[in-house]
Amino acid sequence: MNIQAIKVIYKYEMLRTWNTLFQSIASPVLSTALYFIVFGSAIGSRIEAIEGVPYGSFIVPGLMMLSLLTQSVSNASFGIFFPKFTGTVYEVMSAPISFYEILIGYVGAAATKSLIIGLIILLTAGFFVDLQIAHPVWMVTFLILTCISFSLFGFIIGLWATNFEKLQIVPLLVITPLVFLGGTFYSVSMLPPMWQTITLFNPVLYLVSGFRWSFFEVSDVNVGISLSVILLFLSLCSALVWWMFKTGYRLKQ
Amino acid sequence: MTTIISISGLSKTYEGGHQALKQINLDIKRGEILALLGPNGAGKTTLISIICGLVSPTNGHVTVDGFDIIDDFRQTRSRIGLVPQELTLAAFDTVWNTLCFSRGLFGKKPDPAYLEKLLKDLSLYDKRNSELRTLSGGMKRRVLIAKALSHQPQILFLDEPTAGVDVELRKDMWQIVHRLRESGVTIILTTHYIEEAEEIADRVGIMHGGELLLVEGKHILMQKLGQKKLIIELKEPIQHLPESMLSYALELSPDGQQLTYTYDTQSNSTGITALLQAMHGAGLSMKDLNTTQSSLQDIFVNLVRAR
Ligand SMILES: Nc1ncnc2c1ncn2[C@@H]1O[C@H](COP(=O)(O)OP(=O)(O)OP(=O)(O)O)[C@@H](O)[C@H]1O
Ligand SMILES: [Mg+2]
Repeated sequence: MNIQAIKVIYKYEMLRTWNTLFQSIASPVLSTALYFIVFGSAIGSRIEAIEGVPYGSFIVPGLMMLSLLTQSVSNASFGIFFPKFTGTVYEVMSAPISFYEILIGYVGAAATKSLIIGLIILLTAGFFVDLQIAHPVWMVTFLILTCISFSLFGFIIGLWATNFEKLQIVPLLVITPLVFLGGTFYSVSMLPPMWQTITLFNPVLYLVSGFRWSFFEVSDVNVGISLSVILLFLSLCSALVWWMFKTGYRLKQ
Repeated sequence: MTTIISISGLSKTYEGGHQALKQINLDIKRGEILALLGPNGAGKTTLISIICGLVSPTNGHVTVDGFDIIDDFRQTRSRIGLVPQELTLAAFDTVWNTLCFSRGLFGKKPDPAYLEKLLKDLSLYDKRNSELRTLSGGMKRRVLIAKALSHQPQILFLDEPTAGVDVELRKDMWQIVHRLRESGVTIILTTHYIEEAEEIADRVGIMHGGELLLVEGKHILMQKLGQKKLIIELKEPIQHLPESMLSYALELSPDGQQLTYTYDTQSNSTGITALLQAMHGAGLSMKDLNTTQSSLQDIFVNLVRAR
């Protein structure tokens, strides 16, 4: 195993974050704060507690997921898209490293970054609302699994994208709607029955639900199912990425 | 000399159906400088890219130091440094960081002392903290060379190293290449210019339309290239060469009308004067005289026609 290579890729990607530290952290923190002000305080004060959880606290896990998902996808996709775009990826491709080492480097760095952002948002949220975490270990597990699987998904998008539009279209047109409709700001039980059924096809619902359970022991679906869904998504992404590397998809003629 | 890279039956057909390489067979010797010469689209970059792992071969095999480039890619790639044809660099990295990155990618532990020396050798040391986008084209080319050498490879590929490079830098570059060769590095470079191949290489491979037409020691090739032909049309056809002229390298055409004399323009005496005197002495009279020189183009054409 080429440990040095994993190290330099990881370091390189983290350094990129470091150089743009302000944007990397300021924007998710700012948008989360805005959500809290608008939904948590202004509107939330008029909304009754959901299953015993005050609305302001109720949305914290969903907001974290919103940032985690968008950040993971955009970081990881950009991380591989950019060298592909500028051509510098030739060096990685000609180096004595295998695909999983490349993955550990790029996806690991992207996941680390989203994890840090997630924790910062959690801290920020702590300023606005009362938070208790019922199952910290599960909370961290969900956090890490989400960061990894969506960074992996982002990596796939970055490999697939042939231009900047494509790079941005997936987070914009897929991730954001799925997160908003995945019970970020509400409990699925608040929806009309037909919409409840439709929502069950939204994978993000399982993430948010499981994650919320780790905070408040309140969930829309069984936590075991949540965990299975995220593991399934992780396996699907891994399989896809494995196939992409095996066939040299978009990287090798 | 032992073989370091062995290419056999290598073909490449790109997705669009274009066949960029046709059955390439080539052994590259350890420690030599091999120049691949050929016009645009000949397949030089494709050949290099396959050996380095950037392009998948359609058919055929390549071994580096006895290792297969696909099955044992870690072994083969760690021995190779590549300077690509295009100036591809991440604009916002510094020279130093990009070098450390390259070295690590190839599995080598950090070695600041070596990298510093490398930068000094390439006159880049002053620029080590500059961002790559602030460098001139020639400097960028040198950074690419430094990156390729950052992991101390045994084999260096230089894909058109002199494109967009001024005379001064070209001289520097050849000095670097010679120094590397002295330290035992095998060097494969591509070029469009015969003069360049002549200046630097031990052997020259000529590529055209995806085929490797010929690989020859530089001196042999230059001899072929340096040859001129004097074609003498005779007034009266003859059956045999006169006795007095047998010592000359003459060819008589089947119809007996034409004599072809091949001589080396690079030698001191071409022997033309003596030949003409001998003809006079033998009583042969000429209708016309003509000389032709084989150019690289001729060699291409002849080689292509010969297949
Ligand atoms: N990615 C690709 N997809 C399809 N065809 C390609 C690709 N890359 C190269 N080719 C074609 O393969 C042929 C050989 O290209 P190659 O780049 O190997 O030539 P070259 O000898 O390096 O030329 P040059 O001197 O211009 O650099 C060309 O006809 C080119 O159009
Ligand atoms: Mg080329």
